[in-house]
Amino acid sequence: MKSAVVVFPASNCDRDAAVALEQLTGEKPHMAWHADAELPDVDLIVLPGGFAYGDYLRCGAMAAQSRIMRDVKKKADEGVTVLGICNGFQVLTETGLLPGALMRNAQLKFVCKPVGLEVEETQSVFTRKYDKGQRLSFPVAHGDGNYFADEETLDRLEGEGRVVFRYAPGENPNGSARNIAGILSEKRNVLGLMPHPERVCDPMLGGTDGVALFQSLIETLS
Amino acid sequence: MTEITPQIVREHGLSVEEYGRIKQLLNRDPNLVELGVFSVMWSEHCSYKSTRAHLRRLPTKAPWVLQGPGENAGVIDIGDGDVAVFKMESHNHPSFIEPYQGAATGVGGIMRDVFTMGARPVAMMNALRFGAPDHPKTRHLVSGVVSGIGGYGNCMGVPTVGGEVNFHRSYNGNILVNAMCVGLARADKIFKSAAEGAGNPVVYIGSKTGRDGIHGATMASAEFNEDSEEKRPTVQVGDPFTEKLLLEACLELMATDAIIAIQDMGAAGLTSSSAEMGSKGGSGIELDLDRVPQREENMTAYDMMLSESQERMLAVLKPGREGEAERIFKKWELDFAVIGRTTDSGRLIVKHKGQVVADMPVHALSEEAPVYNRPFERRTPAGGTPAYDRARSVLDSLARLMASPDIASRRWVWEQYDNTVMADTVQRPGGDAAVVRVHNTDKALAITTDVTPRYCKADPFEGAKQAVAEAWRNLSAVGATPLAVTDNLNFGNPEKPEIMGEIASAVDGIAEACRVLDFPVVSGNCSLYNETNREAILPTPAIGAVGLLKNVHRMATIAFKREGDAILLIGETKGHLGQSIYLREIEGKEEGAAPPVDLATEKKNGDFIRSLIEAGRADTVHDLSDGGLLVALAEMVLPARIGAAIARLAGSDAIAVLYGEDQARYLVAVREPDADRVLASAKAAGVGATLLGRTGGDKIAIEGAGEIAIAALARAHEGWFPRYMGGTELPLSN
Repeated sequence: MKSAVVVFPASNCDRDAAVALEQLTGEKPHMAWHADAELPDVDLIVLPGGFAYGDYLRCGAMAAQSRIMRDVKKKADEGVTVLGICNGFQVLTETGLLPGALMRNAQLKFVCKPVGLEVEETQSVFTRKYDKGQRLSFPVAHGDGNYFADEETLDRLEGEGRVVFRYAPGENPNGSARNIAGILSEKRNVLGLMPHPERVCDPMLGGTDGVALFQSLIETLS
Repeated sequence: MTEITPQIVREHGLSVEEYGRIKQLLNRDPNLVELGVFSVMWSEHCSYKSTRAHLRRLPTKAPWVLQGPGENAGVIDIGDGDVAVFKMESHNHPSFIEPYQGAATGVGGIMRDVFTMGARPVAMMNALRFGAPDHPKTRHLVSGVVSGIGGYGNCMGVPTVGGEVNFHRSYNGNILVNAMCVGLARADKIFKSAAEGAGNPVVYIGSKTGRDGIHGATMASAEFNEDSEEKRPTVQVGDPFTEKLLLEACLELMATDAIIAIQDMGAAGLTSSSAEMGSKGGSGIELDLDRVPQREENMTAYDMMLSESQERMLAVLKPGREGEAERIFKKWELDFAVIGRTTDSGRLIVKHKGQVVADMPVHALSEEAPVYNRPFERRTPAGGTPAYDRARSVLDSLARLMASPDIASRRWVWEQYDNTVMADTVQRPGGDAAVVRVHNTDKALAITTDVTPRYCKADPFEGAKQAVAEAWRNLSAVGATPLAVTDNLNFGNPEKPEIMGEIASAVDGIAEACRVLDFPVVSGNCSLYNETNREAILPTPAIGAVGLLKNVHRMATIAFKREGDAILLIGETKGHLGQSIYLREIEGKEEGAAPPVDLATEKKNGDFIRSLIEAGRADTVHDLSDGGLLVALAEMVLPARIGAAIARLAGSDAIAVLYGEDQARYLVAVREPDADRVLASAKAAGVGATLLGRTGGDKIAIEGAGEIAIAALARAHEGWFPRYMGGTELPLSN
């Protein structure tokens, strides 16, 4: 599986994503700079966590306008798999590749802790190696992860099996609507999620629950 | 030209004698720009004029120390060509005036100190001290400082992995925000600040210069009064986005060999960075201020030389390498300008609009700064054993202590810090020391910050010894070999003999402990004049320390891991209640002698603990500190909710034995079949060890004192901070 990680100014989980990808695929991902016109031909594009352009404006709003995102959008439309983690999820909603918005956390504070998740949907290239209903622990680390969309959109996401991860009962760290932690695009090739799977791919770091996400991708895309 | 009147000299915080000395060094009267430059370079903050004579007593050398005090940060060898670079620094005064920006820029400043040496920051810690919880400003300050630290550190993508938060009324008007940064580099790629050689380009990189922070260093060198909030304009505003770009751009430039010297613009910005680089390199520097990237119009030479705008660096490049450097900084969309060159004149010459606006000998600014042997009085240490009510219920007190402001869980604080970014945090906040893996290896750094100010108030010498010993113990408790120390000495007004006496005794205490424990001081910072309306803070010599785990798979944490493990107490328990948390919280007394520290015993016991962990015989260890044995036991029970049953301990009185704060002690849990062997090896090593009981169940049970459910302890421990910050709890005063 060939992959690329997009680096925006002040992305800060780009290395973490690259390390996880290299460990699990055996291949170094291409690191793409925000000012590049085009990404190389890859099977997977990762938009990593961080504070792209400082996120002094709405999170992800500046990054959504960057040069590289035109190509990401084009490739996503062509069916290339895109994974947006944390800030990457925010960039995806700002770009319109995913519906809804990520608002300030309900308690108005940044929150970093492991949270319980449930795998709701295994019919996706991202989750086929998980079991439906499987309980996972991924860390979150964000100030703006409160997923919001209108009722109609939420109903549609649920109806089409596009809610992939939900915060387990009592674990919602940010007030997200219907405990949504991660969603798919209509064509199911784009996933955005607030928790960090790349930070749980090593037993020394508190778990390996994130490994199956990358293995699902490897199995499908290799 | 402005005439320099005695009033202007006073406003610059210079004494009549100091002004006379400046005239003598210049052979004439200074102009206003020169006066401004001298005032910041000779401020307490930049010159260490009150403490320099004492700091010389600190041990700073060891075979693994590659750079001791005097550079931007200390450097230690951690094997395989890797080095750890670290320093702790205060941002106390700005954080009291404007908590969010004060704390944020404190984080930014210490990170620059580390990456200017060529290291990538990999961990942050913060030692925070606030006023009494019921003081009207405390909540606001806690909230602002914590979100400021998070706001800056989280954006930088450097994990904030721990630290300290304490409350005491002596900090009501003068909080302490001490930030520590640890970075990693290769031994052959360390960058220093000596601008050697003439004719080399001096380049300015980073953010533009504005009028913010003018006189910050001078403010940090004076006491506070009611009008302190009027000093808000002297607090700088942080921009972590620019700092992140500056970090990446500097590391990219450092991968080339274009740099001769580099220094961040911290306190006193352009002035101190140029003067220090020239002085260390034995060269002169000529600056043309017209080329300085400016954020505002009509800035004067005085403004530019004294601005403390953040996220800026000054570097001296090899001639002809400017283009290469400029390309890197343009890629990261940062300002880059050649603003001067080094000379062989030994003078700092500043030009503005074609005129020479300052011309001063470089050595006069740094080397000739006054050094004061201020008079000091050493206090007789507090003594005696305070009386207490022996009939109180041991376990009721435990519930109260676990919910007390200094012991309650700090989860509310550290969940606002990204502590897992960089994917190398092996031990998160909440243990004895944080552990951060050296990327791509099986080695790890252990990091801690410690000091118990109430001990230092009672006895500055023993208290400072204890701070070092506790840091050393915390590193040992996770299995690390303690390597070196950074100190952040926070005290009141050094012009008062009793405060100067605290400083002298504390330096002696640190020096003795560091010598015996082979634990040199490699960097540090002094913050004096921490007084408001003549009330000084508790003496607070904060110790930041770093240790090395050669094999991160042989590591201990505080959480009980299995039911049925044997619980062993390592060290001797006499029941020292003087200055204990128990006395303060339960009896309302801050009395008695600070616990004495026997450094030889510390060393013996710590070495024994480390040997158990390295041999794979113990994976559960906790050092005993605030709250003594029973609080430590509760802290081991809570994370995995595995209870414990312990026997009655020998000793005069249960309260003293269970809550006394005797030093050099640890609790260890080992697999039951190993217990005898561990006890035997302790005996062979001459280390006191007692079999205390077993892990298991859903409560803490103490023979003869009853039991308490884990759920009740957890409620007490986790509840206080969120309730307090949510405004639903009016806490006890302390």
